[in-house]
Amino acid sequence: MKYNVDNKGFYGDFGGSYIPEMLFSNIDELRKNYLNIVNKDSFEKEFNYYLNKYVGRPTPLYYANRLSEKYRAKIYLKREDLCHTGAHKINNTIGQILLAKALKKKKIIAETGAGQHGVATATVCALMGMDCVIYMGEVDIQRQKPNVERMRILGADVRPALSGSKTLKDATNEAMRHWINNPDDTHYIIGSVVGPHPYPDMVARFQSVISKELIYQLNKVENRNYPDFIIACVGGGSNAAGIFYHYLENSKVNLIGVEAAGLGVSTNKSAATTKLGKKGVLHGSKTLLMQDENGQVTEPYSISAGLDYPGIGPLHAHLFNSKRCEYLSVEDDEAMNAGIELSRLEGIIPAIETAHAFSVFDKLNIKGKIVVINLSGRGDKDLETYIKWGKY
Amino acid sequence: MNRITNLFKEKKNNILSIYFTAGYPSLNDSIEIIKTLDECNVDLIEIGMPFSDPIADGPIIQNSSNIAINNGMNLNVLFDQLADIRKITEIPIILMGYVNPVYQFGYDKFIKKILDCHLDGLILPDLPFDDYKIQFKSIFDKKNLSFISLITPNTSEDRIKQIDNNSNGFIYMVSSSSITGKKSSFNKNQIQYFNRINSLSLKNPKIIGFGISDKESFEQACKYSNGAIIGSNFIKSLDKNDLSKSIRKYIRLIK
Ligand SMILES: Cc1ncc(COP(=O)(O)O)c(C=O)c1O
Repeated sequence: MKYNVDNKGFYGDFGGSYIPEMLFSNIDELRKNYLNIVNKDSFEKEFNYYLNKYVGRPTPLYYANRLSEKYRAKIYLKREDLCHTGAHKINNTIGQILLAKALKKKKIIAETGAGQHGVATATVCALMGMDCVIYMGEVDIQRQKPNVERMRILGADVRPALSGSKTLKDATNEAMRHWINNPDDTHYIIGSVVGPHPYPDMVARFQSVISKELIYQLNKVENRNYPDFIIACVGGGSNAAGIFYHYLENSKVNLIGVEAAGLGVSTNKSAATTKLGKKGVLHGSKTLLMQDENGQVTEPYSISAGLDYPGIGPLHAHLFNSKRCEYLSVEDDEAMNAGIELSRLEGIIPAIETAHAFSVFDKLNIKGKIVVINLSGRGDKDLETYIKWGKY
Repeated sequence: MNRITNLFKEKKNNILSIYFTAGYPSLNDSIEIIKTLDECNVDLIEIGMPFSDPIADGPIIQNSSNIAINNGMNLNVLFDQLADIRKITEIPIILMGYVNPVYQFGYDKFIKKILDCHLDGLILPDLPFDDYKIQFKSIFDKKNLSFISLITPNTSEDRIKQIDNNSNGFIYMVSSSSITGKKSSFNKNQIQYFNRINSLSLKNPKIIGFGISDKESFEQACKYSNGAIIGSNFIKSLDKNDLSKSIRKYIRLIK
């Protein structure tokens, strides 16, 4: 299993646990306990119960007829947008809140970019009756207003991150500072496959339900359990990790991650980490990181708040380095156009993060192939951005 | 010779250590700050290497780091500034910062520069123990440099002993579970924690840092350790328009 995390928390050269001592006991507690807890039958049973009855899983695998016609491929959509709260993020928050309960934690904190992870966290906190504090960059609070109000309705305390570019990276800094200040009864629900070990592995495991279902569903409609291509957008990389998970060792499947190029990789307004990043350390792990020659982290940019992050999870850095996955990057306009196209052809308005995954058909040789796209979230939260962009 | 070990040999109590961010308030202030601290008979100096995402720091050091980076501070500039520092002071000097800028600079080149500038030690709170052992330990031991580790109220006794065994110089006792810059007068829990650590009879001396803000908290910290570190509050007191005067004034309030 060359794509699994090793016993030191590394994927190849990437990962590990680069944290100050103030976080050590919390991370160590997680590291020592997470596998025991999540592998218990009782945990699995409860996790599956909530995924089924509360989240609405399994999510459908939908054959996109008109999209398939246009691109002359067999295109299937894995409908994570139909999850309760509107994105894949809740798979992870259900898992982590049950873990937090098992660890007897009383309070939950989280960071959020697009607000989907924040909403998913606020939702499970309401469900379990736990206190919830969400950090969100000031810029993202402006561009994802509906999600801010959803979190507040759900009873979460939404706190603005005011430093740096006031986006996801800065919200993560603030959440980590909060955890340093409140180590005893608080669990930090990280929203993607980033952070110190064991977070990347833990989040990937919770999201791996996506590819587990896909194997079963494809078998039914195609008589084989794997597609030729899987495409997913990559911010930190959790929806991609989830849909790649059970196919990592199957070399017949082309795995494609799509990053946000913002205004273009040759401008200084981009978030295409595999194109612009170098090995570095941020938020507790060694990974690919956008940074200047002095090791200062670059402020990223993307029209989509959920992809606006200067790194990727260490698993993805390893999949990129070892060439197991191909990473493409698309610009704001390409993604927006693809979002409109999906709306017009299939009647589905995607989240702008997700729209990135729909704009690479022309860059891949998919004619006649079976293609699965992870439809990671719906676009309700992005109406204002669609309206501002206006070209529809 | 290691200036840190010598310091603790000669002085057991009331060791005053000052932390400042290199490149703040202005790019070329480091030398003047160090010179003034020397004249004020400070015992130890920690130079903060600014990083864009300092997750263990509060607003004051976040701000000084940002300004320093915008002023053009980086490790090349810092080592140029410190090249002749030993003509100015014999106070032990420790660099403190986050892993990423050091990693980009290159660990080997970084160690060489520390030696060239005759600095004495390093604190990299987010460097894991394994990486320290692979990248730093043998040369630090050979060249008699100090690698200083943090402990907190939540650090287990086993881990404290492991840190003590692998440290030379002193142990940095973080006063409470918090980021830098929070004012504190010590509460019962903290005093219990200080007493607990003291009862472990560690081989290294101990210095308390985080939340030391004035004469009272400095003196209180010194009751439970060999000395204390002041960072955020010192940085806050710096007056761009008369740097050395503001430093003198501040140190006089403490000592
Ligand atoms: C719908 C949707 N897709 C994708 C992402 C990106 O995150 P990840 O790369 O972890 O899946 C987000 C993040 O906010 C999201 O809301």
